[in-house]
Amino acid sequence: MKPPSFVYHAPATVAEAVEALAAAGADGKVLAGGQSLIPLMNMRLAAPGQLVDINHVAGLGEITAEAGGVRVGALARHAEVEASETAFAAQPLVRRALRLVAHPAVRNRGTTVGSIVHADPAAEMPAVLALLGGSVRARGPEGERDIPAAEFFTGPMESSLRTGELAVSAFFPSTAGGTAIVEVARRHGDYAMAGVAALVGPDHARVACLSVGAVPVVVDVTEAQGDWARAARLVQERIEPEADIHATADYRRHLTGVLAERALKEAADA
Amino acid sequence: MHDVTLVVNGVPRHARVPARRLLSDFLRHDIGLTGTHVGCEHGVCGACTVLLDGRPVRACLTFAVSVAGHEVTTVEGLADGDRLSPVQRAFAECHGLQCGFCTPGFLTTVTAFLRENPAPADDEVVEAVAGNLCRCTGYQNIVKSVHRAAELMAEEGP
Repeated sequence: MKPPSFVYHAPATVAEAVEALAAAGADGKVLAGGQSLIPLMNMRLAAPGQLVDINHVAGLGEITAEAGGVRVGALARHAEVEASETAFAAQPLVRRALRLVAHPAVRNRGTTVGSIVHADPAAEMPAVLALLGGSVRARGPEGERDIPAAEFFTGPMESSLRTGELAVSAFFPSTAGGTAIVEVARRHGDYAMAGVAALVGPDHARVACLSVGAVPVVVDVTEAQGDWARAARLVQERIEPEADIHATADYRRHLTGVLAERALKEAADA
Repeated sequence: MHDVTLVVNGVPRHARVPARRLLSDFLRHDIGLTGTHVGCEHGVCGACTVLLDGRPVRACLTFAVSVAGHEVTTVEGLADGDRLSPVQRAFAECHGLQCGFCTPGFLTTVTAFLRENPAPADDEVVEAVAGNLCRCTGYQNIVKSVHRAAELMAEEGP
């Protein structure tokens, strides 16, 4: 199907973009890579009255090493972040997770920040941001603020970004210890039926689970003290998966346990 | 309405289109290049894949207005005059297609892939074409075609 019509804005600066978004109010949507938004529009599941295209805004595509991590600009394409040695050096999990995001042709256009803002609980990058305790930097009419991942994801496809705010970058912290991400999808490149990102540090361990809740589900499993089978059971008790055409709730719970154990082992050995 | 000019297969092409015009429809309807096929129109099948500034993207998930001024290569731009490109010849030689509907997406995807990885391993080929669906071939001959194209390119040089 064809997307519904909309009023198109092509701002050249962040200030102009924020102004256009604020003027559009609840009717406005940001267009970055469009790899989530345009399918929704083509299928008429979304019909924003106004699109603010940030593809012509200068300075949003940067990937920058900062103290304690890496900052990824709103226009950095998945493929660019995946290839970035700066990002890899600061947080290798970012590259590993991006290789699970859709297919190369989608990663060439889609943006990492866009994926986070889309806030699909089945997507990898929101889970990675949540696992690492990263943040999203938002610019709005009242200025700039950093939103911690724990406060950013508020529901399926819902974030705490306010109307008129533009996510200008995301920050992925570096971490002490190993990380891993594993998932099971019906077809390679599809959204996963279940997936787990894990972080095992010298004195802590936690996981973030995909597709088993309204938001990425972060579970601290430090108390398992390296017994990853026990950690997997802790994770299974915490999640509340739902059934859909791809998997039953029980199967998702089973998969998440298996994947949690696998991811934690891999992270511990990394 | 928006005036959009794209450099398609090396030639500037202009059309006046609404903002909602997908790049796939811009190519097919507005400038008449129907080689780019439209299958699912939501980014799953890969039939509409074109090269945007040399990199494969879904034309059905791109608004033409958003990429104004950029370079697009479609399947029509792969051959050198009447001589098919090595990737096109390899697909013909190895029966890498049957009905041909998905083929434009495979050809553009593989052309860009072999530029980055001129001598790929089997699993790399499978990964590279994983975003393109073919309902005829069972993919075996497509994988053969990619390896054959790599051979042809190595023999013929740049």
